Amino acid sequence: MNIVVLLKMVPDTVEELNVGADGRSLDAEFLRYKLGDPDEHAIEQALLLKEKHGGTVTLVALDAPEVDDVLFTALAKGADRAIKLTGAESPPGTPVLAQAVAACVRGVWNPLPADTLILCGSYAIDDLEGELAPWLATAFEIPLAMVVAGVQIEDGGRKAVVTREFFGGLRGEFELDLPAILGIQSAEKPPRYVPIAKVRAAMKSARIDSQAAELPEPPAGLELGRMAKPEAAGHAQMLEGDPDKVADQIIEVLAQQSLI
Amino acid sequence: MANPILVLAEHLRGSLTEVTFEMLGAARALAQSTGAPVQALLVGSGVEPLAAQLGAADSVLLVDRPDLANPSSEQVSLAAEQAAGKTGAGLIFVAGTNVSTGIGTLLAARAKLPLVNFCREIKVADGRPTFVSQLFGGKVFAEVRMAGDRGVVSLYPGAFRAEAGRADKAAPVERCDLQAPPAKVRFRRFVEPETGDVDITRQDVLVAVGRGIQSQDNLALAEELAQVLKGAVCASRPVIDQGWLPLSRQVGKSGMSVKPRLYIALGISGAPEHWEGMQSSRLIIAFNTDPKAPIFDGSQYGVCGDLLDYVPALTEKLKARSS
Ligand SMILES: Cc1cc2nc3c(=O)[nH]c(=O)nc-3n(C[C@H](O)[C@H](O)[C@H](O)COP(=O)(O)OP(=O)(O)OC[C@H]3O[C@@H](n4cnc5c(N)ncnc54)[C@H](O)[C@@H]3O)c2cc1C
Repeated sequence: MNIVVLLKMVPDTVEELNVGADGRSLDAEFLRYKLGDPDEHAIEQALLLKEKHGGTVTLVALDAPEVDDVLFTALAKGADRAIKLTGAESPPGTPVLAQAVAACVRGVWNPLPADTLILCGSYAIDDLEGELAPWLATAFEIPLAMVVAGVQIEDGGRKAVVTREFFGGLRGEFELDLPAILGIQSAEKPPRYVPIAKVRAAMKSARIDSQAAELPEPPAGLELGRMAKPEAAGHAQMLEGDPDKVADQIIEVLAQQSLI
Repeated sequence: MANPILVLAEHLRGSLTEVTFEMLGAARALAQSTGAPVQALLVGSGVEPLAAQLGAADSVLLVDRPDLANPSSEQVSLAAEQAAGKTGAGLIFVAGTNVSTGIGTLLAARAKLPLVNFCREIKVADGRPTFVSQLFGGKVFAEVRMAGDRGVVSLYPGAFRAEAGRADKAAPVERCDLQAPPAKVRFRRFVEPETGDVDITRQDVLVAVGRGIQSQDNLALAEELAQVLKGAVCASRPVIDQGWLPLSRQVGKSGMSVKPRLYIALGISGAPEHWEGMQSSRLIIAFNTDPKAPIFDGSQYGVCGDLLDYVPALTEKLKARSS
């Protein structure tokens, strides 16, 4: 199978996020980037499919801080090729990203081989202008499934049968003809761990192909105004002290409310 | 009069979902200041009876065809594009739920419309709406406007009041057809939720673990605490995705909605998708090492510290008390 994984780096929200001086973007100073959880799962799902059905896994990512580490880690896990698209000064919105990624994919495969499955994270935390997968499904005119939590390949690689999540644990099974694009919510197995030593080895033996990204002008339809941190509606009463003291206070609260 | 607001009604297995009424309520509120009519669009197979519940709209457009049973995102977005073209709709509201995700973006991409995702609030000044979107997992809000009158807005579930979108009366229904090629994505079947060992929706006490629990071994700490409190252990999504607990224990947007009398959150940041499932808990006590974790904003009591230090002490004291 020809498996392509499109990766998107997002700000790490474990760090404090601050709004920059212009009031309309994040303050870059303490910003760290990481792969979103769904993207980690997209990589894992790609590797699982490769192990089961053979083929190659190609990664495509826009240049961003920490992206080399992410790509080498995925190569160490078993991906075959990594393409980094350079030239974007700040993270572009999803429509521009989608065009850049589509141009890159077309540059490698035109038309898409019949056994192509494109995977990406179902969502990203900065998807203000929509998710990547539907933008690409439109660009390539291929079938799309979102919130995918399981993928089977049938009919000798002509069809994907996916499980998508609804809510309350309810899921639905859908079938799509390949080539197709899937927004992955979670892989069938948790993302695998790869030891640092293997990543270091990949840094020596594998390489990342750098290409200049084709970045079109962003569509004109949206005007981004002010960005701000939310104001908390309330706050918990904080219980202070060592673990024993805190335990006593909690027990008092629970007793008052007849919970114990 | 402003262009109509088109609300894409969401339904699953024969019922309208709550977010449909939330969207209708938001559309009604906006319509009040802009004078726009509100239209609901219902797409599916055998869905005509649901139209009677959409009376908060001024009219209902119905696309009801056998091949639209459990339609794909693409079919629904095509139907919305054609309906909007026909009625000259300006804004199109879609739900930002697992059921509807993708529809709004497909519509925007194909019809070349601007799209605002994650919308939690709509403000109006001089007849023009400003959309307030929640970004970066709720850490930042952005105010966005559309340059023209047309665009797609994906509304965050739970952010708008559903009561405002319910009405006793019914709205006139107009049947529409759909010009669509055969579906590229075909529905096969529903996969029912696993019936877990415990039904977390029926527990009085829940001890919830998040990524801060760090390892599967540490789950024993939560199990023990739950046991002395006669409750059960549930979890946030990352813990379930790691395979440490079954899916039936997941609380949140894609998991279960719970309302226990006591919810103890251990190492959970309090992302909006988690809140969605536990906000109705009577008493929430949160343990987190990060004093700024959003979970503290909605909890009654908070403990800022390492759960590995605090939880065993609490369990021991509770045990000593009950013996
Ligand atoms: C479509 C969609 C559906 C989703 N569905 C769900 C859902 O159903 N349920 C759900 O939960 N999420 C869901 N999510 C994911 C959600 O956005 C969050 O990513 C998730 O809730 C985060 O889980 P967490 O709080 O455990 O992890 P994190 O956000 O990583 O937080 C871990 C927390 O643990 C704290 N911590 C670390 N170490 C310790 C320690 N030793 N002691 C105490 N505290 C510690 C950290 O300070 C941090 O606050 C969904 C997302 C999307 C987009």
